[in-house]
Amino acid sequence: MNKLTSRIDKERLLLGIAAPLLAIVAALVVTTLVILATGKNPGDAFSDMVTYGFASDSQVYILNKATTYYLAGVAVAIGFRMNLFNIGVDGQYRLAAFIAAVLGGALTVPGWIAIPLIVICAMATGALWAAIAGVLKVTRGVSEVISTIMLNSIATAIIAYLLQPGKLGQLDQAGTLVSTKPLPSSSYFFSIDTGPAGVLWGFVVIAVVVGIGYWFVLGRTRFGFDLRTVGQSDTAAAASGVGVKKMVATSMIISGAVAGLIGMPTLLNDSHQFSNDFPAGIGFTGIAIALLGRNSPIGIALGALLWGFLERTTNHLEFQGYDKEILGVIQGVIVLCVVIAYEVVRRYGLKRQQQRVGAELAAQAAAPTMKQEVA
Amino acid sequence: MTATMTDAPPPAAPKARGEAGKRSGRSLGQILMIVAGALLLVAAVRVITGADQLTSEGQVGAALGLAVPIGLAGLAGLWSERAGVVNIGLEGMMILGTFGAGWVGWQTNPWLGLLCGIGFGVLGGLVHAVATITFGVDHIVSGVAVNLLALGATQYLAKLFFAEGKPAEAGGNPKQSPPVDSLPHVTVPGLSDGLQTVQNHHWFLVSDLAGIIGGLITDLSVVTILAVLLFAGSWWLLWRTSFGLRLRSCGENPVAAESLGVNVYRYKYMAVAVSGGLAGLGGAFLALVTSHTYLEGQTGGRGYIGLAAMIFGNWRPGGLAMGAGLFGYSDALQLRNGGTTVHALLLLLVVLLVVLAGWKLYRSAVWQGAVSLLVGGLVLAWYLLTDEVPSDFVGATPYVVTLLVLSLSAQRLRMPKADGMRYRKGQGK
Repeated sequence: MNKLTSRIDKERLLLGIAAPLLAIVAALVVTTLVILATGKNPGDAFSDMVTYGFASDSQVYILNKATTYYLAGVAVAIGFRMNLFNIGVDGQYRLAAFIAAVLGGALTVPGWIAIPLIVICAMATGALWAAIAGVLKVTRGVSEVISTIMLNSIATAIIAYLLQPGKLGQLDQAGTLVSTKPLPSSSYFFSIDTGPAGVLWGFVVIAVVVGIGYWFVLGRTRFGFDLRTVGQSDTAAAASGVGVKKMVATSMIISGAVAGLIGMPTLLNDSHQFSNDFPAGIGFTGIAIALLGRNSPIGIALGALLWGFLERTTNHLEFQGYDKEILGVIQGVIVLCVVIAYEVVRRYGLKRQQQRVGAELAAQAAAPTMKQEVA
Repeated sequence: MTATMTDAPPPAAPKARGEAGKRSGRSLGQILMIVAGALLLVAAVRVITGADQLTSEGQVGAALGLAVPIGLAGLAGLWSERAGVVNIGLEGMMILGTFGAGWVGWQTNPWLGLLCGIGFGVLGGLVHAVATITFGVDHIVSGVAVNLLALGATQYLAKLFFAEGKPAEAGGNPKQSPPVDSLPHVTVPGLSDGLQTVQNHHWFLVSDLAGIIGGLITDLSVVTILAVLLFAGSWWLLWRTSFGLRLRSCGENPVAAESLGVNVYRYKYMAVAVSGGLAGLGGAFLALVTSHTYLEGQTGGRGYIGLAAMIFGNWRPGGLAMGAGLFGYSDALQLRNGGTTVHALLLLLVVLLVVLAGWKLYRSAVWQGAVSLLVGGLVLAWYLLTDEVPSDFVGATPYVVTLLVLSLSAQRLRMPKADGMRYRKGQGK
């Protein structure tokens, strides 16, 4: 026990918590000012958000939302850990969910075969789509930021082309919504009925497993160490025998595979089909959440929950006479403040460390001279 | 934030071999030769395929209109990246520009709207500058945050300013501003009609030239002319004055610049502010010229495309203008009976791929040559087996073209050496 507590540096822990706290306080202040500027009472808005956000049905909703967001955050964070900006998570998950939905609608096998097949298909699609960017980067030197943005738009075009009545899509009875063939009910993922509070998606279990896997692979394996090394300095990694290009391509592919999972909670637990109102833009939410959670598995979870909370509660604000569009302002301010706060705290920590080391060195230098005087 | 620190240059920018030493790449004569060759090729493809839209005045005019916002976004990126700040927040600054232009534009006049669009863009640029220069946040991270914030703020403000009362009566709603008056358009008198008749004869090359020139001088918005002047002005300022040399030195080697007495922070701030203003102008163009109103989501990722155009143009204004033209052209295809025109362009692609394959084989790069030939064969098969490209794919043309061009040319590109890297005052001591 003593060993455990001695390993935790209190100051580092404090600094680690300081940054997100600083950011959230700053975001609160900005939001307060914005609401005040419109001549309304910010206090009422916040108390409404808290009471509504902690109601049991809201909590189930937030957990469901956070499941999707968590997967998105992890997918982005895998790239971030080695300085890869996988902005293409958005296209990867949409294409993956679409292809997986088509496959799921066509399968007539029992659920215990169909569900793994659907999930694997989604991961493979996401991985392949990300692999294009990865391969272009390592063989042709194309920046992944630009290529993944282009691939997002191309994915949109492919889905728009294939998701048409007569191709892979079909029109619903009302004649307004085009969707893929719905999954048979045997292929639904399990869910937990919590009574009046709503239905908790079973995919939250998979999200937790992914989180543990992310922590284990990056923090406890040779591969994860190599990956982080490349992220910090590719020359140092190359000098210690790590194949940098191979690592770049591999991590891009893994990031894409996890991105393929993002659409699965919605597909297997909720919509059971891919239609043109399938949630879009979650890849960009994932970027914000990965930044917020500082790429740590627990941090991302907190970020995902915070995002779910904000979405749920600002929507409710509409009924209290506030504008729900405040959500975008809050989210933007939080992300901007968080990245600045991390930087400020990091710099402060570095300065403290230098001062401490300096003081220790000075003490060491002073000690022998005193001894000499005594002798 | 260890994961996203960029104290080291990114691995994606290998140095160009040999040619990097030369200052401007190609001479004027060579450029003219390339342009003439391209014209001949396009004219030939038009005659063979009968896709007259390929070089029609309408097509070129539409392309120019669509190229301007992309070009302005690219120019914005050029300013900031030449000073060493990667600006992926361009999209957000453009959104701010569209909102500013729509908000002031409908209440007063479009000229003030234009100014306000620029001003809002500068504000966005300053946020990015504070985060990246003063606080040393990773540039891409800050850019993503600026995009988020700009989108959120404009959505909120649009609901507040356009949804109720007088604006709503004038045609505004939470996603749209009331309409704004037009800015003046210019047509070179006399010339346009003559060119139109020449074009309608569909002569080889002559009609193509007439169509292209006609498209470039008919019904020009004043903002387009302003954009062209800004391009020329930026080139002159950045490459022909001491101010430009200092600014670019901040992007190549800020420590060396500092040692020569350049206030690196100030130059970076100026560059990013100008960058925001240009992006805001691009947004204002969309709001005032393209659609006469602020519309939510009307930038449609043009900030990112502008960035791609700038990389395509090797961080130089001339190449950037060409890249923007290419994007504008393929964007315009989507609007104007694009299916058959893009289908005709497939043939052009085949020719280019075969030429590339021949060149690679001549240089005894067998593998690359074979791949080019194979892809060329596939595209040819596609061309012969179909009559037109589905409209959904027409929309994806610019993105596919970007990917193709970047994957063919990325190794020859050279970004400013200290682009995207964190700089602290006095770090060179």
